[in-house]
This record gives sequence, C-alpha cells and structure tokens, in this order.
Amino acid sequence: MAAGSQRRFSVLPGFGLTLGFTTFFLSAIVLLPLAALVLRTAEISIDDFLAIVLDERAIATYRLSFGAAALAALINAIFGFIVAWSLVRYDFPARRLLDGMIDLPFALPTAVSGIALAAVFSPTGWLGERLATLGMQVAYTWLGVVVALVLIGLPFVVRSVQPALVEAQRDLEEAAETLGAGGWYVFRRIIFPTVAPALVTGFTMALARGIGEYGSVVFISGNLPMQTEITPLLIVIKLEQFDYDAAAALGFIMLVISFVMLLAINLVQAWGRRRLGLEGRR
Amino acid sequence: MTAVTLPAPRRAEGIGARVVRALLIGIAVSFLALLLLAPLGAILAQALERGVQVYLDSFADSDTRAAIRLTLLTAAIAVPVNTIFGVCAAWAIARFEFRGKSLLITLIDLPFAVSPVIAGLVFVLLFGSHGWFGAWLLERDISIIFALPGIVLATTFVTFPYVARELIPLMQQQGSEEEVAAITLGARPWTVFARITLPKIRWGLLYGVILCNARAMGEFGAVSVVSGHIRGLTTTMPLHVEILYNEYNFVAAFAVASLLALLAMLTLVAKSLVEWRMGSGRT
Repeated sequence: MAAGSQRRFSVLPGFGLTLGFTTFFLSAIVLLPLAALVLRTAEISIDDFLAIVLDERAIATYRLSFGAAALAALINAIFGFIVAWSLVRYDFPARRLLDGMIDLPFALPTAVSGIALAAVFSPTGWLGERLATLGMQVAYTWLGVVVALVLIGLPFVVRSVQPALVEAQRDLEEAAETLGAGGWYVFRRIIFPTVAPALVTGFTMALARGIGEYGSVVFISGNLPMQTEITPLLIVIKLEQFDYDAAAALGFIMLVISFVMLLAINLVQAWGRRRLGLEGRR
Repeated sequence: MTAVTLPAPRRAEGIGARVVRALLIGIAVSFLALLLLAPLGAILAQALERGVQVYLDSFADSDTRAAIRLTLLTAAIAVPVNTIFGVCAAWAIARFEFRGKSLLITLIDLPFAVSPVIAGLVFVLLFGSHGWFGAWLLERDISIIFALPGIVLATTFVTFPYVARELIPLMQQQGSEEEVAAITLGARPWTVFARITLPKIRWGLLYGVILCNARAMGEFGAVSVVSGHIRGLTTTMPLHVEILYNEYNFVAAFAVASLLALLAMLTLVAKSLVEWRMGSGRT
C-alpha cells in the first residue's frame, strides 16, 4: 500500500485522537521545554555567551566529560566485546546469570551506582585500599569518572554486539571453516568485519550516554573545579547560584552535542546496514 | 534494549582454542565481577556494617519514610501517564501511514539522548523563580520547582520514551489484520482495543512499564535539579541517599540504596521473565 493512502482508507478508528494526543503530549513535556532552553540561550548576548562557554573552568569540564566518556567507551568497546563474545560463544557456569546482569547499570539508580563505586574504590574501600598500596588512586580523581562511565556504558556495547555476533556465527563463519580457514583468520576476516558496525554503534551510544551522565559520577569524582568537575555538574552549580544565563548557555552546548551524537549514531547504523547489505531487511 | 536468546555454544576444538577460550572467559567474568558484582556487594556490606538491627532501624526515620512515599507517588503519576502516551503513540504510528512519521519516532526518543541534568534544567528555566513563568507563578502562590509538580515533570521527561519505543516496533511487526476484521464486522473501537490489541501487546506493554518504573523510581540527575533537596518534603529515595551519604551517615545511606538495588534486581528478574514469555514472538 502506498504511503499516505492507508490513512484515508483505513477502517481503523482513533487516528486523529491518538496522533493528536501524542503530538500534544510530546510538545508539552519534551519539545516546548527544550525550545525554552534554546530561546533562553538566544536572549544572551553573543559576547556573554562566548564568555560563559569559553570560560577556562567550562573548557576544563568539556575536556573531562568528553575525554573520560571517550576513554570509557573505548574500554567498553574492548572488554564489552570480550564479554559479548564469551556470553555468545562459550558455555560456563553462571553464564545466564551474568547475561541477565549486563542490564544492571540500566536498572540500578545512578546515585546508587555512584556511592557503591565510591565504596569499592575509595582509599578505604576493599579495592581502593589495594590500589593505594600500588600508589594508584581511582576515587576522587579523573580515573573515578572513567570507572563510573565504564559501568554506565557497558550494556550499550554488549547489547549492541551480541545480536551481531549471533548473526555472524550463523551465516558466514561455518562456510569459511568448511573451506578450511583457521580460527584467527576467520575472526579477523569474517567475524570482526561483520560485527564492527554494531561495535561502533555501541561505542557511540556509550559515548553519548557518558557525556551527559551525572548521578554515578558526582559521588566518585571529587568535583574539584578545573580538575574533576564534569559539565553537567557545572550546570547544577550555576543553577544553585541562580546564574540561569550560564546554566542555559552550558545546557545549550550539551544539547547541541546530544544532537550531534544522535546524528552520529544514525549515520553509523545506516553505514552498518549498507555495509552488510541489510538495506530493507530490518 | 533487550537481551538476545543465547545460542547453544559450540564445542571448542584444539589446545590453542581451549587456551583462548579460558583466557577470554576469565577476562569477561573478572570484568563483570569487578564492575557489577563488587558494587552490589559493597552496598550490602556497608548497609549491614553495624548489624541487622541498625540496618532495619534506618527505615524507621520519618524523612526516609517520606522519601519512600514521594518516590512511590512520583512513579504512580509518571508511569501511568507515560503508559497511556506510549499506547497512543504506538497506535498512531504502527496502525496508520502519515507524513513525518520517522521524525515523530526520532523526537519521541529524544529524552534518551539528552543529559538528565538538561531535563531538570529546562523546567527550572520555565518555572523557577527566575524563569519565564516564575513571577506569574509566584503571584498566584503556585510552586512547581522545589515541589512535587517539578519532580513529576522531570521524571515524566526522562521516562517518556520507554513504553512507546517498546510498543511501536512490536505493533508494527504484528500488523492490524485482526483489528481490521473486527471493525469490519461491526465491533466497537474500544472493544477492539480491549479484546484484540491489548492481549496481543500485553507482554511488550508490561516490559515497557517495568523499565519505565525502574527509571522513574531511580532517577537522580533530573530530579536533583528541580527538587531543592528539602528533607522530608521534596527528596525522593535517590536524593535521600545523597543527603545521608553527604552527612557521612553511611549505614542509612546504603540501607536506602539497598532498597533501590533490590528494586533493580527485581526489575531484572521481571524483565527476564517477560522476555522469556515473549519468547519467539519477538524478533
């Protein structure tokens, strides 16, 4: 049925009502409030805006938020891949349990993750204590931010890679093995290229989530200006000082970054579909 | 984000393959133990540090009880509202063709892409004392920010897509032949929805509601921005955890956190059960 014709000839009721309510509710809860942020930013003069967003302290927060999120997403791309691979390919005790636990960071409130990680990694915590004897401190340093973002980003990579690995295993790989190719060769030439788009998608999603993350980070990061302060925290601080202009300007920057990340995720997914010749299959 | 059905693993062959296999499983299990199990263990250990009695006593505190009540109340408003929205959006999107549909789907997903702090910020800019409607609201003595309405709005924002994004693909995949047949035979619209559509989508709906509820009860960043942290009045459970933690009242902080962790574990179990029920009905 051609697009546009089904609506006119559909016998099903409720199109106007449900679409109307959907549009209204979406506008009221999401779109208008976000538009308010953009308009509020537009009221700031360009000089003030630049002074706020290019402030030394603000730039330090971008560096930490972006750098820690990128490093965490990279760690997740490597270890998340190994986790997904082990869960899909191997049988071992507690495999199903661990598979179910992958979604824990989604289900666990971020504040709870935050204080739990702080308890594990603080200099008096059971792991922090051992690391301290090695001269390494995680909690209340930038490393703490990375650890929190690794936790938050893990499910994105694993849940993105798992279905791709299942798919890769079914189709191509057995054909290659039948033809006599060895393990590493099969991995490098067949499995990895098939899974790569899913891995990049997972990386980008973990990165996007990490840049905006707040709850799990603030308990373990120490929150020192210029050193361990993330951008969302700076926005909260500006709001607490009733500096709405600064909060709006920094929020606007984060909103733009979110849109860029959203665009990047869509481009990566489109690239993956093209690359695997799945256009039209999903 | 759903788990895949794990396929039956194949037998590993050869000594090299077995070493690689043991190595990779070792890395994977250690990584997950460090990242997921250690924090869970830490919550329990800290909460029970001074014994079960002290742990249980921390729930007798009136501010803690108020926080639990506020969390339940917030979820009791935000989850049903987003469920109704999700069903409406899925009906419109999955059952009809119209222009701008893919844009609409993208916009519904938007709250997932936005930082929780931004979700709180936008409502402060609108309704805060220095916000657009601040003076107007103050004259009429209406509080939104630092009060229940703000907390509910921020929670609704961050949990907005959960039900809709679960139902849209499910209903698109199921098609509408049965509904069309029923309508053609003269069934009333509400009957069609209650007797045909609802039974078809119930597991997907339940799945979305479970995830929506977990996020609604656990949201921290967005709610933190709009709540004002007034003890016993505008602190939800996650915010109460923060207050107790910052007061170095660790046993009480981790006791409340353990309740939230229990909620998370129940969510995971319920999610797995629903995934199992949906079984081969999902792609």
